[in-house]
Amino acid sequence: MNRRVVITGLGVATPLGIGIDPVWEALLAKGCGLKPVEAFDASGLASTIGGEIPNFKVTDYVPKSYRKSAKVMSRDIEIALACACEAVRNAGLKTKCLVERGEAEGPPNVDSTRFGANIGAGLICADLSELAGALATAQDPPGSFSLKRWGREGMENLTPLWLLKFLPNMLACHVTIVHDAQAPSNTITCGEASSHLAIGEAFRTVARGAADVCICGGAESKINPMGFARQQLLGRLATRSGEDGSRACRPFAADRDGIVASEGGGLVILESLDHATARGARIYAELVGFGASANTHSWREPDPQGRGIAQAMRAALRDAGIAVDQVGLIGAFGSGTRHHDASELAAWRDVLGDRAGRIPAIAIKGAIGNNGAGSGAIEFAVLTMALHQKTVLPSLNTTPPDPSGSLKFVHDDPIDARADVAVSVSYALSGGQNAALVVRRFER
Amino acid sequence: MKTVSPSAIGNSTSDRRRVVITGQGWVTPLGAEIEGVWKKLLAGQCGISPTMLFDAGTFPTLFSSQVKDFWLTDYLPDADARHAGASRNTQFALAAAQMAWNSAGLDQALALDPTRVGIYLGGGEGPIDFEPFVAAAVGGWRSGEAGAALDTVRWAELALNGLDATREFEQDPNMAAGHLAVQFNAAGPNFNTLTACAASTQAIGEATALIRRGDADVIISGGTHSMIHPLGVTGFNRLTALSTRNDTCLSASRPFDRTRDGFVLGEGAGMLILEDLEHAQARGANVLAEVVGYGSTADAFRITDIHEDGRGAIAAIRLALTDAGMKPSAIDYISAHGTGTEENDKIETKAIRAVFGDHAKKVAISSVKSMLGHLIAAAGGVELITCVLAIRDQMLPPTINYSSPDPNCDLDYVPNQSRPAKVDVCMSNSFGFGGQNDTLIIRRFSD
Repeated sequence: MNRRVVITGLGVATPLGIGIDPVWEALLAKGCGLKPVEAFDASGLASTIGGEIPNFKVTDYVPKSYRKSAKVMSRDIEIALACACEAVRNAGLKTKCLVERGEAEGPPNVDSTRFGANIGAGLICADLSELAGALATAQDPPGSFSLKRWGREGMENLTPLWLLKFLPNMLACHVTIVHDAQAPSNTITCGEASSHLAIGEAFRTVARGAADVCICGGAESKINPMGFARQQLLGRLATRSGEDGSRACRPFAADRDGIVASEGGGLVILESLDHATARGARIYAELVGFGASANTHSWREPDPQGRGIAQAMRAALRDAGIAVDQVGLIGAFGSGTRHHDASELAAWRDVLGDRAGRIPAIAIKGAIGNNGAGSGAIEFAVLTMALHQKTVLPSLNTTPPDPSGSLKFVHDDPIDARADVAVSVSYALSGGQNAALVVRRFER
Repeated sequence: MKTVSPSAIGNSTSDRRRVVITGQGWVTPLGAEIEGVWKKLLAGQCGISPTMLFDAGTFPTLFSSQVKDFWLTDYLPDADARHAGASRNTQFALAAAQMAWNSAGLDQALALDPTRVGIYLGGGEGPIDFEPFVAAAVGGWRSGEAGAALDTVRWAELALNGLDATREFEQDPNMAAGHLAVQFNAAGPNFNTLTACAASTQAIGEATALIRRGDADVIISGGTHSMIHPLGVTGFNRLTALSTRNDTCLSASRPFDRTRDGFVLGEGAGMLILEDLEHAQARGANVLAEVVGYGSTADAFRITDIHEDGRGAIAAIRLALTDAGMKPSAIDYISAHGTGTEENDKIETKAIRAVFGDHAKKVAISSVKSMLGHLIAAAGGVELITCVLAIRDQMLPPTINYSSPDPNCDLDYVPNQSRPAKVDVCMSNSFGFGGQNDTLIIRRFSD
């Protein structure tokens, strides 16, 4: 017997804004956060389009006393801190951060020793300007890098805490410090599957009683020259739409041609039903199933039959004790690449049969791009909102559908639709990890 | 299948699935064969040497604990074709996992359901492709009147020419787990955690939770990591975390000694086969030990310092004991995190004292990091294997280089010499940068 686990808070930071409500509104209005990047001159790369979080200062999301720590934060860490603050605000949790910021009257309403964290992270890219500036001081002769000179004096130009910006677990460390979460803590690093795996594991942690509240999800930024270059080397960047970001990422569409590198994150609050009820929390939905799997044919290419993805979905439905015909809403991953989308579509059809084309589906990467380890949690949060609001929002750029078939997306105005069960899936573009989560409308 | 109690971190341990260790393999600076390395550890040998993987001749630290003479094809004859492009991390992981798989008899196992076989690694990121990376960074750097800056257009031209697609994506920390899934046809849950120095202990703990709950029957778990590359050593040197005893590198790793001055960077992999007891017994597997306790916490204190009272470490150790349904006095041996940094060893000792009380003086504690160096994400996996072997042979590996007692570290660290002892229950601690704490407890298997 497991404890029931409910979703009580949603915190997101995306190219469409920060906070679940503004992001939800922007998605309803068919907004798109993808455009030529401003963070750096991308004109030497195959695509100049990216998804940047607008008007974002990490100091709005941490206590004043923590501001000095901002100098040891990579962008990925900053995004995680924004998501965390949004999530606990949204959940009505009074954490140390909100009390110290003066947003809530103390004492905190969550026991630190029962408050856990499970945060997915990517391969955090070194700040290229910072590192290149330091490396450039170790030239000998001019124009070429000398490892001898680097060891002797060049490395002194890096700040002593340089490494701590880029350790993947620093997202969870900063979040747990700021919000005082001392219970089980983990960092999952499985590419785009990271968020779902982190949420799934946190679900287990709360269900078995090792924590009462868990903040979980993921965050990543690919908005740096290295992030773009790596995707370009892999042949994944969408290029066909040129400078028009609003048409660049096209999940499941006939003319899809790749991903848009982006940044963002999502952290959600999972809570035991008893804990949520005791504090009178708003309950968005109940998390009822989790399944994970690996591709075994290849760690680098998607499976044309989508077997691993289907296996994760089936495991999650079995875990939830939910029959396939109860699924009423699809949360697709929809990367926008030719082969990954074909693989995912095959999986949905394999699991849902004919219903795959009949029940409503949501895919939001046309609006927010690929947020790496943060993707899954943003999509999970949006899907949870859709279930809660009984609204299926439009999925940008999902037309014209691929001639081999697609899912049932909404293309124009949002539609009212009551679903009781939604399935959300994500998978690593490289690595072969797949994960699925099943969410159910909450009933006491 | 047995169901799990609602409070697995609690005392109802009787009705949950039991998780046992049925295989193990490692790649270490002292070799890559279980028995040979174990003999060296009991003899107090050290794997540290001047750094040869790159020219570290002008770095503050000239030495490291490297894996030597390693060829993946010695373990996987078809590796060049099947695992082309695998990073050093992934290669270590494949070799160690193959040894573990074979030692568990899984290469001979019939009717293994692939969807019930999972992977849970604490795998590190692969090293940056240093030469083209640096060439692009330096070549793209412009110092002009308006100030120096990276010309990202020039950088892109150099980077796209110099970098290689395979070497780039093989750096992702989930790659070793992906290769393992293909190598062993493991279609079940597949995770990689990267909680710094605590990663593989955490991986084994979470894998144990997955099997207990029934999400998998067999999991290859452990860790793999190499940070012995120019930017890895730079990062730790800048943090002043590494020992700089360049004249006496063989005795540079000095856990719990008063003259310790930092850890020694090592590399390698340690992999274990975790298995549901009934599954193991049904196939007639040889059970090496049972995993009975796991605790994970966050210090939630500072990214640069451990909580001065060892708050998070104490909580992790207590959670593991509770999970195992054990009192501190049941623990015979603690494989310490014992990095050899001033702060870690002092606070770990304090934490053990706080939890163990009077028993703290009686429990044997040692750090094999004195001989192997610090394998970062891989440390916990390798160290747990030494616990399995300690139980098997009733022998405790020593903490070498222990010569000057530190008043802050006043427990029994099995100084310098291995020794026989009654060892039925072992605890293994791993604490990561930023305040990640993980503790495992294993015990001699009895039905």
